[in-house]
Amino acid sequence: MEYGNSSVVTTVLPQFVSDHVALEIKNLVVEYRDGVQAVKNISFSVPRQAVTAIIGPSGCGKSTALRALNRMNELMPGTRTTGEVLFHSKNIYDPNVDPVTVRRHIGMVFQKPNPFPKSIYENIAWAARIHGLTDNLDDLVESSLRQAALWDEVKDKLKKSALSLSGGQQQRLCIARSIALKPEIILMDEPTSALDPISTASIENLIHDLKQQYTIIIVTHNMQQAGRISEMTAFMLSGDLVEYAPTNRLFVSPEDERTERYITGRFG
Amino acid sequence: MEYENQFEKSANRTRRHRKDKFFAFSLILPGIIVLAILVLILIMLVAKGVKAFNPDFFLSVQKPFGVEGGGIVNGILGSLLIMAMASLISIPLALIFSVTLIEKKDTRIARLLELCLSSFQGVPSIVFGVIMYSWLVVPLKSYSALSAAIAVSFIMIPTVSATIKEVLLLVPSSYKEAAISLGVPRWKAMTGVIVPSAMPGIKGAVGLGLARIAGETAPLLFTAFGNPFLSLNPSKPVSAMPLIIYDYIKSPYADWHEKAWGTALLLVLMVFALTLSISARQKNAHPR
Repeated sequence: MEYGNSSVVTTVLPQFVSDHVALEIKNLVVEYRDGVQAVKNISFSVPRQAVTAIIGPSGCGKSTALRALNRMNELMPGTRTTGEVLFHSKNIYDPNVDPVTVRRHIGMVFQKPNPFPKSIYENIAWAARIHGLTDNLDDLVESSLRQAALWDEVKDKLKKSALSLSGGQQQRLCIARSIALKPEIILMDEPTSALDPISTASIENLIHDLKQQYTIIIVTHNMQQAGRISEMTAFMLSGDLVEYAPTNRLFVSPEDERTERYITGRFG
Repeated sequence: MEYENQFEKSANRTRRHRKDKFFAFSLILPGIIVLAILVLILIMLVAKGVKAFNPDFFLSVQKPFGVEGGGIVNGILGSLLIMAMASLISIPLALIFSVTLIEKKDTRIARLLELCLSSFQGVPSIVFGVIMYSWLVVPLKSYSALSAAIAVSFIMIPTVSATIKEVLLLVPSSYKEAAISLGVPRWKAMTGVIVPSAMPGIKGAVGLGLARIAGETAPLLFTAFGNPFLSLNPSKPVSAMPLIIYDYIKSPYADWHEKAWGTALLLVLMVFALTLSISARQKNAHPR
């Protein structure tokens, strides 16, 4: 990957200090049914139109933290979330907020590509139709697929089953499906961990392009990936947010000793 | 010592082989017995029933006592009518129940529903016939196809609900996650993604339910009652194949006995065809 992030960090940081915050997380705690705290009181701000990576060893709570940002943890009965996630200065956990609307604006891409067992076209059109984006549905499908860098590969087989695509194509279709709804934020939960290196590279390129328009928060266990694609990196360890800093500062001169040990490969 | 001998046929080794063969055979044996009984039944049905098969048998209605000839078309169509009406009642309810069982899992309503459905499966089917007799036949002063359809629905709904529930549980949870993450309400995720992707299995569940009720006789005795004429009126008595078998086999006429065997053979063939088409469909369903 050629695109470095040294220049980006210096430009993002001053903006970041101002009101260019997409999401502000305050004292977030997520507790499972068995009482285990998967996420212990973390707070950080996510810059707008940039890539924020969350790294950490397996089981550190990074996926749980990510899924708390569009209330996906609620699919698991018994999960309890406290603290605030401010989106446009409104707490998405406010009792008046409908989680369905939250997810409409904060989309998600999962670890394993999970296209619907429908046609490629329907994969994108289905949710768009439910949200009333019905005029020029064909255009919407095309532009979403173009943004996801998939159009040229699938334009002649839109009616074919999405399950006939390769893993990497399926994952880009899932990204297209998500951006068709014009979300502000896209959460990505280890989106390349099930893919081969070539598909991984194409998804990383795509993420690089997408951040012009979207705010991206990505969980990855691949530190090199975080280094390649993100402006900000958060390091989590057993539910705690150990360090949150611009990516190249975190990787070059981490402040916390645990971060340093992790990124130099001494554990995890 | 044992290691050195391991390639030689010792007495010990032959004994082990014999034991192995014996246990393998004792596992297969029950299967062979069941299969043999099934084949015997089929052979007997074909031998006794196929004589009744002629165009008249399939195309004309029953003849009165003592009159030669006639067929069972009123019974065939009556059975199909009852099965169609039972499907109209059972399929939507079974879908609603199975979706509730999954969506409201671990809640009081789901547990209650599950208990009701499994209790219904244990009720002898004639009880449903008696219930529908007192609920519908007596107040309306007429036996009817509708009362029969509702009676067999009591049998079909629990079977189909339980099977659809299992089928829906097989749908990868990632489909639901994907739909929910797109800001789609849960019920739309259910109707738009999960139910459609379980469709082959749902059709199979319905087929199993139909096969289950096709041969039910007891619930029809006080509801459909039987009708020697061709009737497709839901509010009137209607004939059905199991009823014809029941009536004819108790009669003193050789001709009617033959027709009863023929009807039994046809019923078995119909259920067999239904079951085969289900398993063929399931094989064609995309593996995922």
